[in-house]
Amino acid sequence: MTAPKPITLFIPCLVDTFFPEVGEAVVRIFQRMGISLSYPSDQTCCGQPAYNSGYRNEALIAATRFIDIFENAETIVCPSGSCVHMVRHHYLELFRNENSYLKRAEKIGAKTFELTEYLVDILQVTDLGAEFNGRITYHDSCHLRYGLEISEQPRRLIEKVHGCRLVEMDESGRCCGFGGSFAVKYPEISTAMLEDKIKSIITLGAGTVVGGDMGCLMNISGMLNRRRQPIEVLHIAQLLASRQPSAKAEGLGFKGPRGQVTEPDKPFLEPLPPGILESFGDVNNQTKVFAPTCRSFGAGR
Amino acid sequence: MAEIKTEYYRQEARKALKNKVLHAALAGLQERLGKGAAAAYRALPEGPGLRYEAHKMRMQAIDHLDILLETLADRICKNGGQVFFADTGEDAVEYCLKVARRHQVKRVVKGKSMVTEEIGLNESFEKAGIETVEADLGEYIIQLADEHPSHIIAPAIHKTRKEIGELFARKLGIPFTDDPPTLTQAARKALREKFLSADMGISGCNLACAETGHITTVSNEGNIRMASTLPRVHIAVMGMERVTARLMDHDILFRLLARGAAAQNMATYVSYIGGPRRPGQADGPDEFHLVILDNGRTRILADPEFREILGCIRCAACLNVCPVYAKIGGHAYGFAYSGPIGTVITPLLTGINRARDLCQGETLCGACREACPVDIDLPRMILALRAKLAEGDPAWGVTPAGRMEKGMMTTWSKIISSREYYDRSLKIARLGQKLLPIKNGMIRHLPPPFNGWTQSRDLKPLAAKSFNELWQKKYR
Repeated sequence: MTAPKPITLFIPCLVDTFFPEVGEAVVRIFQRMGISLSYPSDQTCCGQPAYNSGYRNEALIAATRFIDIFENAETIVCPSGSCVHMVRHHYLELFRNENSYLKRAEKIGAKTFELTEYLVDILQVTDLGAEFNGRITYHDSCHLRYGLEISEQPRRLIEKVHGCRLVEMDESGRCCGFGGSFAVKYPEISTAMLEDKIKSIITLGAGTVVGGDMGCLMNISGMLNRRRQPIEVLHIAQLLASRQPSAKAEGLGFKGPRGQVTEPDKPFLEPLPPGILESFGDVNNQTKVFAPTCRSFGAGR
Repeated sequence: MAEIKTEYYRQEARKALKNKVLHAALAGLQERLGKGAAAAYRALPEGPGLRYEAHKMRMQAIDHLDILLETLADRICKNGGQVFFADTGEDAVEYCLKVARRHQVKRVVKGKSMVTEEIGLNESFEKAGIETVEADLGEYIIQLADEHPSHIIAPAIHKTRKEIGELFARKLGIPFTDDPPTLTQAARKALREKFLSADMGISGCNLACAETGHITTVSNEGNIRMASTLPRVHIAVMGMERVTARLMDHDILFRLLARGAAAQNMATYVSYIGGPRRPGQADGPDEFHLVILDNGRTRILADPEFREILGCIRCAACLNVCPVYAKIGGHAYGFAYSGPIGTVITPLLTGINRARDLCQGETLCGACREACPVDIDLPRMILALRAKLAEGDPAWGVTPAGRMEKGMMTTWSKIISSREYYDRSLKIARLGQKLLPIKNGMIRHLPPPFNGWTQSRDLKPLAAKSFNELWQKKYR
């Protein structure tokens, strides 16, 4: 195998301003692998907020700037599915009437990778030597899953984290209700969608939720915090950079209520005895199995 | 044209958000049909990639619509049918009424059709004193309740068994029951009488075929076949985009339609209708009319950005996976078409400005595109509609959005255009957030216009140091 290419970091504005620890985790992951990193310090935003709201002229300002800054990079890696989706797919739409930039956008799109995609598909590594104790569930962010069709890669990485167990929530690929400005413009609809997501997380009894897009994770953790649910929310980079059995030791992620990070090693609900599945009739997924049990907890549908 | 209520999206959505019964019904529907469709695509002998072939097939037809429609009309006429091209919904309704009056029609039975919902055909017929009976069970329930469908293929999904039992007791005079088979039997009995005494049948059209000059309809209850064969006159109304070139295309498209709509391999009834009954034939009407409806579709066809939406075959697969639809139901969309397809087609047919909330009240998650049997890129078109709303577009008669949002976006574009401005703004924002109530390290309340966020969620404050600052200090 040839030596891995040097990586240019594309750090989304949300990570830069609210969650720099996620960016640091990315740095640690690649430093441990001995890959040389650079970070163009004049980068700001890829333009997605404006583009998704329909303000294409404003998005163009961000996009042309992005292309100017990153054009000479050999490989660009970003810890966000939606920002990579923006660069890889939406730039083509944005520049469709500007031929010179369109060609440049195509080139940039082809060398911009989402973190887990880059690790698994390009570097072909899954075991990063990470350690983390607890039950983890993975939330599929929409732009990762539907936009970039990335859902296997993060799971393969999580499965190789020592000490943790990946448990699947019901409908992990269902939108959490973030949707950028949607969460602010239509808070009631967004809340109703988020409640479903939170419900499937709580029902599962996992101590930690992991995802690949800070927007969704900010949304999920925002409600978990408001409802005082002792469930930790981590970006997958934080999990993969973790070398401690407990996240607390590295000071990662969100704290539960009153600052403690709780990791129930047993699920909230005991797994059902074998055979009970059939007694519910035509049941083939976990929620349905849980539903009758958790109604007594007030968590059923 | 049916009544347009797209402006009331927020109000209607709010109402639906409180309706737990609706949520349970839609959750069940999505669990069954949404997941079922995905499994059905995977089980296709040609593989799920058949959807992309179907997409090409649909777009080819749309690109040659003029020739295909002309050929279709020509062949229908040769088969003894009559064809009317209607520019608007009103023209279509007027033509149908004219035919009805000529035959002194007193009673019409209808096969389930969304396009007749679009043009408000029932209301106009009732106004003209012609009894119009919906023959699809769901549509029949909705008609008795004097409501509109809330789902393209499951129109009464928002109603409970109990509500339907009470409705039937009141309207059909049967003793109250909430037993579905008994209710279905009661509807069947009532409808059988209508079928046998109707003078005219009206149906929609799932797809038409230019090569053979016929239309194809599918149903699971047989109501469309009854409506198109028993009465003396049959009128089929079709959106002008529903034509295909070859009969072969129907094979692929109907297999995909049935999978997308109901996770079936094929609909229970598939009818090929090519004209009136011919001498020697046992069944069929004396007269067959095909109304080909434009009603704004030419304008969509002319816009390369939205042309793709004409490929839609109205299977409702996108409704069966949409997380927003699951919470707000179909009525919030304010027109015949709901869910993701409604989000795109309704503004284009009825006005973009007034349907602003449809275009913006979506998360762009992309589930609809994955579920679409003909791979229509709905999120792309939702984004294109948002662009029209933001910047305005005289061609579509769109006036640009409010000055506040535009102002915010202009400011944003200034901030991100230089790292210096960006860092300076970040500093100001960090100072600003000190004024906000923080509890356990989380912001509890945000000021307008961001207060929607903190209605149900906390927010982590801006970090003391940005990644950029940390990089300069620690990693460079």
